[in-house]
Amino acid sequence: MTGGGFALVEGALTRGVLGQWQDVFGGSSDVWAAIVVIGVATYGFRLSFIYLFGRIDEVPQSVKRTLRYVPPAVLAALVFPDFVTLESSLIATLADERLIAGAVAGAVAWRTENVFATITVGMVALWLFRFVVFA
Amino acid sequence: MDPLHDDLLAGVRDVSPLMLGIVPFALVAGIAAVDAGLGLAEAVGLSVIVFAGASQLAALDLIGSGAPLAVVVGTAVVINLRMVMYSASIAPHFARYARGVRAGLAYFLTDQAYALSVAEFGASDDRSRALYYLGAAVSLWIVWQIGTVAGVVVGAGVPDAWGLTFAVPLVFLALLVPAMKDRPTTAAGVTGGAVAVVAAGLPLNLGLLVGAVTGIVVGLLTEGRSR
Repeated sequence: MTGGGFALVEGALTRGVLGQWQDVFGGSSDVWAAIVVIGVATYGFRLSFIYLFGRIDEVPQSVKRTLRYVPPAVLAALVFPDFVTLESSLIATLADERLIAGAVAGAVAWRTENVFATITVGMVALWLFRFVVFA
Repeated sequence: MDPLHDDLLAGVRDVSPLMLGIVPFALVAGIAAVDAGLGLAEAVGLSVIVFAGASQLAALDLIGSGAPLAVVVGTAVVINLRMVMYSASIAPHFARYARGVRAGLAYFLTDQAYALSVAEFGASDDRSRALYYLGAAVSLWIVWQIGTVAGVVVGAGVPDAWGLTFAVPLVFLALLVPAMKDRPTTAAGVTGGAVAVVAAGLPLNLGLLVGAVTGIVVGLLTEGRSR
């Protein structure tokens, strides 16, 4: 067999293996890459001080202060755009079932601090306004 | 009964009421994975390798909207930065264990396991730190994985118009509200959210990062002013 033949066989084998990999794992290697990188970074965060304790006496106060604002700021930046889309008029912006359902769910979250109750009330409010009130 | 088992069971017992919130959260993680175009193996891979709900949902949301992978990764990593704070706070309780054990304990660290354990460790000196924590944390892990699989299976059969993925921001909302517990954190949340809405048109989903960073800065400034 010539060198070219080897290359051909090798190529077919490689494609076969990759094809099987994709069949078993359901798809995109980009998604797997993202999962692994996020996972490694997250484990690094979890392990950081649990591993290092004893070498560093304490977390710098400034780092602690800054980290305190990460959860509210990031969660709000994620959530608000899912409830509100700025439209050309105030009424068009406000008359949105997502915003109404979000406001109702926000009130429930504040009163109960219960994830299950927040989801239930929010979804029912969304369906009520989408399928009944604004239908 | 063996007192070690008591400590493990106490963790399992104390975490059980939280499952009411974890089960729908995990189902949503599975449903969102299907919506973002992931297969079962990828969905489970995400839940096992990352095991951090809010960041998983954010990553799936961004994957579904076709964001660049750097934005997906960057967003999820920023969301999980809070784990550094939990790690620092719980570390003194784990310092007595060998490094290998600590490396295992760290993998299971979540908002709920952290919050429960630190409260219990403060109240009881003779609880086994590792066993109580593992009782809570491993229970959360098992329910999270089962819930993800159930969500993938259920999610495939539900019509789009029902808008089940709306449950994703609802879960974030339920985590956001208790995170805004005083004036500076409330200022951080309200500003971060408002800026993100205004900046929603920016490319690469940069509105999220601009909103989050602005919120953090405003939180720090508000804290500085109220001193």
